[in-house]
Amino acid sequence: MDSLIIKEGFPLLSFLIFFPLAGAVVLLFFNGEKFARYWTLAITLITAAFSISLITGFDTTTAKFQFAEVHNWIPQLNIHYILGVDGISILMVLLSTLIMPLCILASWRYIKTRVSQFMFSMLIMEVSMIGLFTSLDFVLFWVFWEFMLIPMYLLIAVWGGPRKDYASIKFFIYTLAGSVFLLVAIIALYMKTGTFFIPDMMWHHYSMTFQILVFLAFFLAFAIKVPMFPFHTWLPAAHVEAPTAGSVILASVLLKMGAYGMLRFCLPITPQATFLLAPYILGLSIAGIIYGGFTALAQHDMKKLVAYSSVGHMGFVTLGIFVLNIRSVEGAIIQMLNHGVTTGALFLCVGMIYERTHSRELRAATGIGRYMPWYVTFLTFFALSSFGFPGTNSFIGEFLILAGTFQANKFLALAAIPGAVLAAAYMLRMLQKIVWGGTNNPDQSYLKKHDLGIREIATLAPLLLFVFWIGLDPQPFLDLMHHSVVNLINQLNFIQQQAPHVASAFMR
Amino acid sequence: MAMAILPELSLLTAVLAFFVLSLSKDLNSEQIKNTAVGFGFVTLFCTVISLHQQASMFFGSYQVDLFTQLFKLMIGLGLFFVLIAGQNLKDIELSVRPEYYMFFFLSCFGLMTLVSSVELITLFVSLELSSFALFLLVPMRSDQQGLRIQMEAGIKYILFGVIASGFMLYGMSYIFGLTGTTYLKDILPGLKNVASQPAALFAVIMVLVGFFYKLALFPMHFWVPDIYQGASNETTGFVATVPKLAAVALLIRFVLLVPGDAHILITLLIVLALCSMFYGNLIALVQTDVKRMLGFSGIAHAGFIMLGLLTMEASGYATAMYYIVGYVFMNIACFMVLSNVSQQGENLAIEDLNGLHKRQPLLALVLAVSLFALAGIPPFIGFMGEFMLLTGALRQGYLLLVILAAVNAGIAIYYYLSVIRAAYTTDPEGRPDVQIDGLTKAAGVILMLLIALMGILPSRIVALADSAVRAIM
Repeated sequence: MDSLIIKEGFPLLSFLIFFPLAGAVVLLFFNGEKFARYWTLAITLITAAFSISLITGFDTTTAKFQFAEVHNWIPQLNIHYILGVDGISILMVLLSTLIMPLCILASWRYIKTRVSQFMFSMLIMEVSMIGLFTSLDFVLFWVFWEFMLIPMYLLIAVWGGPRKDYASIKFFIYTLAGSVFLLVAIIALYMKTGTFFIPDMMWHHYSMTFQILVFLAFFLAFAIKVPMFPFHTWLPAAHVEAPTAGSVILASVLLKMGAYGMLRFCLPITPQATFLLAPYILGLSIAGIIYGGFTALAQHDMKKLVAYSSVGHMGFVTLGIFVLNIRSVEGAIIQMLNHGVTTGALFLCVGMIYERTHSRELRAATGIGRYMPWYVTFLTFFALSSFGFPGTNSFIGEFLILAGTFQANKFLALAAIPGAVLAAAYMLRMLQKIVWGGTNNPDQSYLKKHDLGIREIATLAPLLLFVFWIGLDPQPFLDLMHHSVVNLINQLNFIQQQAPHVASAFMR
Repeated sequence: MAMAILPELSLLTAVLAFFVLSLSKDLNSEQIKNTAVGFGFVTLFCTVISLHQQASMFFGSYQVDLFTQLFKLMIGLGLFFVLIAGQNLKDIELSVRPEYYMFFFLSCFGLMTLVSSVELITLFVSLELSSFALFLLVPMRSDQQGLRIQMEAGIKYILFGVIASGFMLYGMSYIFGLTGTTYLKDILPGLKNVASQPAALFAVIMVLVGFFYKLALFPMHFWVPDIYQGASNETTGFVATVPKLAAVALLIRFVLLVPGDAHILITLLIVLALCSMFYGNLIALVQTDVKRMLGFSGIAHAGFIMLGLLTMEASGYATAMYYIVGYVFMNIACFMVLSNVSQQGENLAIEDLNGLHKRQPLLALVLAVSLFALAGIPPFIGFMGEFMLLTGALRQGYLLLVILAAVNAGIAIYYYLSVIRAAYTTDPEGRPDVQIDGLTKAAGVILMLLIALMGILPSRIVALADSAVRAIM
């Protein structure tokens, strides 16, 4: 327990988890449509406001877990209710809490049926997201990890598009099936260490076979969630059919859970297996980057295009994580944030078009730049950010990842470059069609009166702020995570030095 | 003295009361219903106040301790909720309802005496009392389609039941032959003396087979689908739940009797558990009748419970108790939904649940919670039970078993999800709204809370179960 800084007084993290839950319970009893919208917006805004105070109290000079709360839960099995955040998870918590009000705003008119149930699901979603990123007990983590499937399933299956049945069931089964071995791995780790407290499971010298098996169980669960090529097939279906808010949560937060899992569990709990298997995962990451790029280039459906671009972007994230040096891991975490901001924003943009033209086809949206100047301004910035244009957030992330990769292995970095080029290609193709189109554009003049309203601008503007904030001044974000990342990598290198025979297998 | 067997006395009173009611000419359905629910409540109350009684009576053949009383409390709870869940008895003729309840309570009486029996003859008589009363409930369904499926179900139930009893008696005769006694407390040392003889193990396994039948463990599961489908919704709700509590109680008692090296028995249990899980889950995938699907899911869950028994230690048995009580609550909640959604008591296909979220939001929620719980999604009791069973089994080193059991959790989600999908994502398409009364609403909310809270806060219950198991070890 010495890896914790226990906070006396107000239990901020518990509040962040249970406040939305309380809000959701209220919605069970009062379910007027208008009330549900304003109530949920208020709840998510208050949660976001409280989460900001995490930063002010956060000590950036230590890698320990802060704001910790420890309570007994199931003493028979040594299971505790332990919460805490370090430099990695605090960013994820903030991403979740800040994206939620925007999702509510985006669904303001889009969701017309069963509004209070929708808002209920959204709040439950928020509970499980925050809970997942703050749990430091593996059973607690698992509870949130699995529970999260229920609201997400409902979001897709109830308010989704025409193929919602297929998409939602595929999402649910794919993710659940991927994580059954994770549960076995958790229990196996408990047998070895006698605790479910995550930091106490880290940096042990488990036998190599055990590490490899546990690593594979972890990897399967997290790779499906990320999703890494070739486990990505649920993602386009789920994204395309989900309502806008569902897509945003899926892209911005859910995919991060996989990458977060790799950082939090794969690296520290099974370090030697990580060194041994990293080359293969790097290969998959590169494959994902290239594959996502090419597939996105071939899409006619804008939502699918953004969805496949996610596969590519998350490939960069896993690349950064498994290159295993400080720069690349920091880049990967920044890229996780970037992807949350940028891809979330792009999904919001696609949703706004869909509300107007009732189509996600690129063809139906060509040439609207002439009639919707506000809209295409936002879209342009987000698209530029998506392929890592200098000055935007993704540039910082991709640059750090590629710089770190270059340091480790030049060929690997070279192999990832085409991904960045492809990203520019598919994003510029979409942008060109939407803004200008060609000579045979459909008549879009009816959109003249339907440029973005204040609510929609208010939804997109905060995301744009982050695009430039991270893009121009990433230092505050890097400061938050720096000590946690340095600690992680130093421990890894320490383990590597102790086992040189494994190290020699690395990066050949 | 009477205090110790208060629940049994209360059930006997109920049996007699319904016997008197059955003599009356003009029957009032409200009156019968209220009497039944009232007796259910009284019995529950009695089980609560006699929880900490200790006694040994009838020449030591009847034991009252924490283990038995805890099981009686669970049976009392199950009984009470089953009565509320199936209070309308839509598919049972009014003229036979008093008899229906009479046998219903008689069966519960049998189950309660069963968990207290510590002598083979008493035990057998209790078991048959509870079984034969159950056999009679099945054909009491009114013959709607003229197909007489309830008769087929009744006959199948009796035949399979009698065969299982036959196995059991055969095993008991071996036990008596080897040890010369019918008292469990003398059998244990007696069997130890002949532990090297295969007959000792054979005898115990034969007796276990009788309870495997009650629990519907592969390969004693053959009765399940047809009886579930042929019996009325309310009867199935009872058959599928409460008797399994007593079955687990007796399985624990008899597993404790296994002499010497338990390797063979453990291997057997592992094989049966895996067969049960895979068989139940894979066949449930293709079911369209909700009751049949729940039947196959029950077979799979029976396999899961074996994970607790085959650890051969107190914490494993305690987890099995925790899991079975959770299973009973989850299933009663499902059957409550089925009994209420079914208009005239007909069987429901999965698509008959379409649009339930509009037709009756509370029941839709109850259904979703209980099915997610059955599927083992946290934080509900189904997950916590599954997690503890897996932990216990892995502690004994059965890695492959644990992995395969976890895989089964992945398979099972599909069919549970298809029912939830029907209830939550489709429109009613002209299916009528479902009206439920206040008592059902309250029971639904309480069941949901139990399923959620027992999953979130399991430590107290498991500790209680643990001390109960230690009381008989």
